[in-house]
Amino acid sequence: MNRVLKFGVAAAFVLGTLVSCGNNDEPQSSGGPIVVRRLTQEQYQTIIADIFGADIKIGGRFEPDLRKSGLLAIGAGEVSVTPAGFEQYDSMARGAAGQIVDEQHRDMLIGCKPASVKAPDETCAKSFYSKVGRLLYRRPLTADELNAQLAIADAATVKLGNFYTGLAMGLTGMLEAPQFLFRREVAEADPDNAGQQRLNAFSKATRLSFFLWNTTPDDELLTAAENGDLNSSRGLARQADRLMASPRLTAGARAFFNDMMGFDAFADLSKDTTIYPKFTNAVIADAQEQTLRTITDHLLVAKGDYRDLFTTRKTFMTPLLGTIYRVPVETHEGWEAHEFPADDPRAGLLTQISFLSLHSTPGRSSPTIRGKALREVLLCEKVPDPPGNVNFNLVQDTKNPQYRTARARLSAHAIQATCKGCHRLIDPMGLGLEQFDSLGEYRPTENETPIDASGELDGVKFTDAASLGRALHDNPATASCLVNRLYAYAAGRAAGKGEADWMKYLDTSFAADGYRLPALMHRIVTSEAFYRIAAPETAAVSSTKESAQ
Amino acid sequence: MNSNARMNRRTILRGMLGGAAVSMGMPLLDCFLNTNGTALASGAPLPVRFGTWFWGCGLNPGRWIPQKIGTDYDMPAEIKVLAPYKDRLSVFSGFKAIVDGKPAVVHYTGSMSILTGSAPKDMQSVEAPTMDTFISDAIGSTTRFRSLELAATGNPRDSNSRRSSSVINPAEGSPLAFYTRLFGPDFKDPNAADFVPDPAVMVRQSVLSAVTEQRQTILAGLGSADKARMDQYFTSVRQLEQQLALQLQKPAPLEACTKPGQPSWSETKENTQIDVVTANHKLMAGLLAQALACDQTRVFNMAFGDATSSLRKAGSTVTHHQLTHEEPIDEKLGYQPEATFFVDRIMEGLLTMVTALDSVKEGDGTLLDHTLMLAHSECSYAKIHSLETLPMFIAGRAGGKIKSGLHIDGNGDSVTRVGLTIQQALGLPLNKWGTGSMETSKTVGEIMA
Repeated sequence: MNRVLKFGVAAAFVLGTLVSCGNNDEPQSSGGPIVVRRLTQEQYQTIIADIFGADIKIGGRFEPDLRKSGLLAIGAGEVSVTPAGFEQYDSMARGAAGQIVDEQHRDMLIGCKPASVKAPDETCAKSFYSKVGRLLYRRPLTADELNAQLAIADAATVKLGNFYTGLAMGLTGMLEAPQFLFRREVAEADPDNAGQQRLNAFSKATRLSFFLWNTTPDDELLTAAENGDLNSSRGLARQADRLMASPRLTAGARAFFNDMMGFDAFADLSKDTTIYPKFTNAVIADAQEQTLRTITDHLLVAKGDYRDLFTTRKTFMTPLLGTIYRVPVETHEGWEAHEFPADDPRAGLLTQISFLSLHSTPGRSSPTIRGKALREVLLCEKVPDPPGNVNFNLVQDTKNPQYRTARARLSAHAIQATCKGCHRLIDPMGLGLEQFDSLGEYRPTENETPIDASGELDGVKFTDAASLGRALHDNPATASCLVNRLYAYAAGRAAGKGEADWMKYLDTSFAADGYRLPALMHRIVTSEAFYRIAAPETAAVSSTKESAQ
Repeated sequence: MNSNARMNRRTILRGMLGGAAVSMGMPLLDCFLNTNGTALASGAPLPVRFGTWFWGCGLNPGRWIPQKIGTDYDMPAEIKVLAPYKDRLSVFSGFKAIVDGKPAVVHYTGSMSILTGSAPKDMQSVEAPTMDTFISDAIGSTTRFRSLELAATGNPRDSNSRRSSSVINPAEGSPLAFYTRLFGPDFKDPNAADFVPDPAVMVRQSVLSAVTEQRQTILAGLGSADKARMDQYFTSVRQLEQQLALQLQKPAPLEACTKPGQPSWSETKENTQIDVVTANHKLMAGLLAQALACDQTRVFNMAFGDATSSLRKAGSTVTHHQLTHEEPIDEKLGYQPEATFFVDRIMEGLLTMVTALDSVKEGDGTLLDHTLMLAHSECSYAKIHSLETLPMFIAGRAGGKIKSGLHIDGNGDSVTRVGLTIQQALGLPLNKWGTGSMETSKTVGEIMA
């Protein structure tokens, strides 16, 4: 069996708790418009590796992604391909196709041999394009599409005198085709609900697969779409359960949290190495990995409460991270589990290096930036930009003997009425993290003055980072922000007005499910609301897009 | 599609590929090759080029605006370095961005007002495309690349060129990758003696036409926003097809064109260290000048730095931007000396760019004479993000279409006057430009030739 057909073999067991009984109490939802999303760099790379093997190298640069309403996944529904970007897709496609048909790979990946290497062979080309095309386009090729590829392979083989070169040319066309690069959803009339629209089965399969695995639907899922299984609640639940039981769910969850946490910004992050000599690219990589491991271990392995991520003392360490956290790490390479003691200042994601260092300036910590990130990333609030003509002198002069800590400097700065409103909203939360410097190292004092990390989050008082984490844990916006982001990520757009009841329902059931992420994911993917497409006149495409901005 | 149709298609494709080899002298897209090829061969004027050159965090008040208006202006400290080009450089002061109640988005509103004629409503959007895209549509459709975007910082995001809020032309950040893209295997030397069209290029062309043939099917049923996005995709495919078509055609000889050597050093990773940026920029400027001389493109956008200028000294990550806000003003000097260190390096960078254009002899003059390059920043005084008197310079004479060597004082007029003037000089049929209070029909008459 070749790799194309083996792709996506999932774990064989099904979680008993997840066997669906449908969401019978699900409220009516208007659904939203269809979305056309450009593949992300990670998705493109994963798909090529899934279909053709991880040794196919992809050389080229991807166009920068766009963050909208807090998510790259929403921006993906608004970006296009520029001329420079398409040049890159073309070069990547030719590179990949060339490797797929080279002598090393052709026997395993093509699955048939031409009668003559020097002449066209329609049978072989057809079997290859149909098989691969179905995985790339996430549906079977239409007759027109298949014939177009065959015509290219044929003409190219004749012109260039080699079957494999000709075959690669047709494949190149598929790898740069809009059907592959854009996940375009297709709506159809819903036979179970007269007058309403839903995603068709292939679009359902695609949403399911990208949401849960961050890759193209595998053979079994496409088959379930083809034979109509995905249109029955039992068939849909069976596939949802299978995907959720697979170890690949971890990749899906990681992709979501990577997006939600804004880890793409690490690519542009720099620190003053004279102040923070420990800050290296290896630390950046480990810090992100630590957070993603903490999240997936807690949510998927331990099936923990989402809110506990902000209080948990359990995490993972590498020797490199150990030097910054100042904890002993036994392993010489790789990761080991670590638990901070109950009296340690570190507890929860807020006190991890990834959050602390990403939301700081290069040379010093910033309660304002951290507070803003906390509000925007974890509570889904929008903090207005500062006015243009702010005088930052006071805040930024860390050597001023009169204002020895960030708290002192900020309170002197935010005395103006125009600044006060926002700073009152964001600074107290950021000040709770002041005992950690710009890199994330613990420091109880600044300029020999003890740091007071107490404050208040939406009326709940805290004394330090750990109790700030507790306040965040208890804040109702924390859980509903996750619900909001997760649904927007899965649907590729912010929830619309007609989905208010559905979102409320998700909030309530998330709580009822003990704030367990897998339960929430399962509830979304087995619902009707997730696949409901609003008719254009009620969908208010433009208003949804505006609210997304 | 039945098998007859398939056979037809196949026959056509085979015929097309076979035939193209026989009739290799035939232009594949004769509409443009005629204008391009014969125009130059027949001794018509050399093409006019347009470029932008961007840096972040402005200049210091009182240190760059000449006292004298008009010709023979004085050159204060921060622009003194450009003195060798004074007669081919115009300085624009006193032009401002007007936001009309929209927020003044720091480090963004200024540049987008200059380039789009409208103040953006937030950091992520533009109200109109940047003018380089209109200009490239007008003067760049016959060249291999409609425009080229470069960032000496190495960061593809450091690009101001936008067709819409979500279509941002990414910048090339590596001189080596830029070299390969321009002068690698796909480059056809216009002065080469022999010319053999590559059959593989013909096949690649047919692959792309098969993609574009699906346009109607793909666009069907999409909403207008998605339709526009997919249309942009197909435009991009068409541009690559056009590049390939040019490779199949013997290019018209270009006296000024010499294929440059491959750069021996290339900082590929994003790096904002000032010496790295300066070296990157110098390599890129040289390659870009050759790309223009070889008529690979007629439009470029070069970013020396990013808008929140991340330039820094070796061994430090205190950035130019931070210094503009944090560094106290030296009482004796009257400015921020550390921040100004970067201003001086930036202006040296501008000198490098202008020199690179001027060092290519072309016709009776140099490439610079056939270029109009707008150099600008996104704010005037970065310490307070000022949008008054945004610094702008125009280098070159656009092939005689504009006058140079002037200091123009806008007296508080909108920056759009400069953009309108540029677009008119380059032949765009515009009589007014900009929105809201920035809408103007008043060009900068002093520089119109």
